[in-house]
Amino acid sequence: MTTRYIGKPLKRKEDPRLIQGIGHYVDDLSLSGMHYAAFLRSPYAHAKIRSVDLSKARHASGVVLALSGADIDGAIQAVPCAAQIPDMKAAARPVLARDRVRFVGEAVAVVVASDRYAARDALDLIEVDYEALTPIVNPEKAIAKGAAPLHAGHKDNVAFKWELEGGDLKAAFQSADKVIKQRIVNQRLIPVPIETRGVLADYKPGEGQLTVWSSTQIPHLLRTQIASMLNFPETLVRVVTPEVGGGFGTKLNVYPEEALVAYLAIQLGKPVKWIESRRENFQATIHGRDQIDDLEVAIKRDGTVLGLRCRVIADLGAYYQLLTPLIPTLTGLMMTGCYKIPAARMEITGVFTNKMATDAYRGAGRPEATYLIERVMDLVAVELKKDPIEVRRKNFPQPKDFPYATPTGLIYDSGDYQKALDVALKVADYKKLRQEQAKLRKEGRYTGIGISTYVEICGMGPSSAMPAGGWESATVRVEPTGGVSVMTGSSPHGQGQETTFAQLGADILGIDPSQVQVVHGDTSIVPYGIGTFGSRATAVGGTAVYKSLQKVKEKLAQIAAHLVGSDPERMVFADGKISAKESPKKSVAFGQAVSAAYVAKTLPADMEPGLEATTFFEPSNFTYPFGTHICVVEIDAETGDVKLVRYVAVDDCGNVINPLLVEGQVQGGIVQSVGQALLEEAVYDEQGQLITGELMDYALPRATDMCWIETERTVTPTPVNPMGVKGVGEAGTIAATPALAGAVADALAPFGIHHVDMPFKREKIWHLLQKGNGRTQ
Amino acid sequence: MEIQLRVNGKPYESKVEPRLLLVHYLRDVLGLTGTHIGCETSICGACTILLDGKAVKSCTLLAVQASGSEITTIEGLASNSQKGGNGIGNGSGAGNGALHAVQEGFWEKHGLQCGYCTPGMILTAVDLLQRNKNPNEAEIRSALSGNLCRCTGYQHIIEAVQYAAKKMSARKPLKMSASSGRTP
Repeated sequence: MTTRYIGKPLKRKEDPRLIQGIGHYVDDLSLSGMHYAAFLRSPYAHAKIRSVDLSKARHASGVVLALSGADIDGAIQAVPCAAQIPDMKAAARPVLARDRVRFVGEAVAVVVASDRYAARDALDLIEVDYEALTPIVNPEKAIAKGAAPLHAGHKDNVAFKWELEGGDLKAAFQSADKVIKQRIVNQRLIPVPIETRGVLADYKPGEGQLTVWSSTQIPHLLRTQIASMLNFPETLVRVVTPEVGGGFGTKLNVYPEEALVAYLAIQLGKPVKWIESRRENFQATIHGRDQIDDLEVAIKRDGTVLGLRCRVIADLGAYYQLLTPLIPTLTGLMMTGCYKIPAARMEITGVFTNKMATDAYRGAGRPEATYLIERVMDLVAVELKKDPIEVRRKNFPQPKDFPYATPTGLIYDSGDYQKALDVALKVADYKKLRQEQAKLRKEGRYTGIGISTYVEICGMGPSSAMPAGGWESATVRVEPTGGVSVMTGSSPHGQGQETTFAQLGADILGIDPSQVQVVHGDTSIVPYGIGTFGSRATAVGGTAVYKSLQKVKEKLAQIAAHLVGSDPERMVFADGKISAKESPKKSVAFGQAVSAAYVAKTLPADMEPGLEATTFFEPSNFTYPFGTHICVVEIDAETGDVKLVRYVAVDDCGNVINPLLVEGQVQGGIVQSVGQALLEEAVYDEQGQLITGELMDYALPRATDMCWIETERTVTPTPVNPMGVKGVGEAGTIAATPALAGAVADALAPFGIHHVDMPFKREKIWHLLQKGNGRTQ
Repeated sequence: MEIQLRVNGKPYESKVEPRLLLVHYLRDVLGLTGTHIGCETSICGACTILLDGKAVKSCTLLAVQASGSEITTIEGLASNSQKGGNGIGNGSGAGNGALHAVQEGFWEKHGLQCGYCTPGMILTAVDLLQRNKNPNEAEIRSALSGNLCRCTGYQHIIEAVQYAAKKMSARKPLKMSASSGRTP
């Protein structure tokens, strides 16, 4: 195969419609007779519902339906949770609260009206009699003795306990020269895709067909779940995912509104649309992170890390969403990072609090792992007065150690961690950075250099290790006119599969990318698939496409060989032709061979007509991308302001299909991660009110918050799939927070400060400096 | 209330509720859904349009406040003729015009991923380049700081704006001789 397109920075096929504003997101769709739903949500974090009076709302102008939890009792199942942990307690989120609310923003009633203003007006006419209960906000208090359980039938607020241990931990701590202890906090975040969630549902009673348009990352799984929740035949449910304006994990879920809006459309026989407001998105779409990690590290004087013990309190919120309990366990699997640490143990306590559920937010458990292990490496360096680079290098596995088995039970596929580190040191000119830092310190200026050498678990994943199937589907159909349709289960939300998969099709079949049309996000067209998350679209979805393309190619080779009188093995696909190696005269146009498959008069004996192949690709392992990020911050000792001065990222995601898109993923991930490090924090007050409930109170990184990101790549292909691709969607988010944290701690080292919890807001840094009277040690 | 305005070069007269937001007027009444709603509080900038040539956020303006004005939405930015009402676009309908240099820059430099913030970003960049033909990186960052993007990390957007600035200044002499009517 000649690679004219794979590996090249092709411009995206998606873009013309998006830059002209003529793509269609859910709210851009309208159907004749469409009505609008609006939800009344609890203003209390914890309360009994004594009564819900909908009578005034039902008589309001334009209102056609108003329902409370009691009205749909038994008609719609609770939100599903696919994660299973032994002995985990039940905490299913009801579609509408029935007699108790457990977080601010929990839906209590729904109104449907002829236009969106009327629907929102009618919410003001609903009278709910609440009896406020004491909210439980702090996860440590939630599991303290005597705390009242949130859920009936539970004896406390412990959702589950999960343990993982590998290697001889006891021996590691016994033979240690030193033990370092540290508590670190990975704060709760609000993901904030710029497009909120949205659902449009239409029911055709004659055909019995229910169509649901939803801004989701998982159209097929959503279809199955809507059918289950409504007890409706799955065969009659069609889910369509139009353009999705960002997901970041929030749309890798099933929400009450998705089932309820479908239910309303069935009840009314009218199309119903619901578009989430930004405030609703803050309150009632999943949150991310929220872990307290207590670490103990056994080390030798030379910097070798012998063992790592970590006790985690994971604040799950009030109910489970699709994967809520699973997320912190990913932290456990990745807790030893890119280091050869022989023994490790993690104990996780999942805790219920009166908050929105946490779940998969870009990186999902792995940014927490990288953050904790990279903080460990920095603390070891401080303790032993060594350079943080030296400590990392000391503990790296060598390239010959791959595949490398971790004490947590994973097999890292391939890696060359030294190489990525070396490239990063060179690009950053690390030596010079240290010299400059020393010079500036003498002038009373405090810069800090942060290093993150990371590995992530991607290409999710083998079904044996996934809650609901980790494979992906692809159908390739060459149409009679010669165009190639690629139907992928990896429904994208900005990743650019329409382009990358077209690049695969073009190179494998020797045609132009413009001849390849990638179709996704419609369960009536695309074979059952899983979706886009966990950096899996290319490594798993792309491999399914690759394999289907190969099957179609094989058939075309047989047809072409039959037509020109050659051997299928000798047929070459290039420039829109299929030719025999031995003679340029033995050649047919691509379209001619395709046509033969459909006209079916000149096919080899016993060959079926048509040109279509489907693959369900099951990966044998995860993939493990890695890299090194280095950044420089300067802290203003007077104001506490943290300024990001430089950022160098060297990432290795294996082979690359489109470097332009890889670059975009890396940069975007880094900035999202910088957001966590410097700005973002979901804050609930003691009453369980989300006081960062709007973009006015929750700061996302802006263009002015960033410095220029310098990127490089190393290439270590994976043996897990034939293309050698690993995935890159979460790399930046996983790598950047520890680099920032290391840089801030390094800048504050002269003041005797070696760890600060994120976010590094100026008032926090200022207060820390005030405590020490701003004196250097 | 009666309102009259021009959108993408076309005149409109409508009767609207006084409380109707401009963004809902554009999207739901005129069907111009390229203008997006991201926050309803003027923070995210997804709803940015050009009102009398200036970038404004249409989610916190009332439709009645726009009466008498000239609006360009993302659909009106591409141009394939010379009759642009305000010299920015011609409103001939999206999809069949030549791309504006800023749109082209976003495509060339991979300035978008999910595309949701993109119309607002593009119109904000158009506004900047009208005021400052050769902005430096800091000026571009500052101009875009009222528009949030959660996908790209902004760097490719900055490169897209730089691309457009370069292209528009290179086109300038051509434009004068050909009097194309497009704002450089």
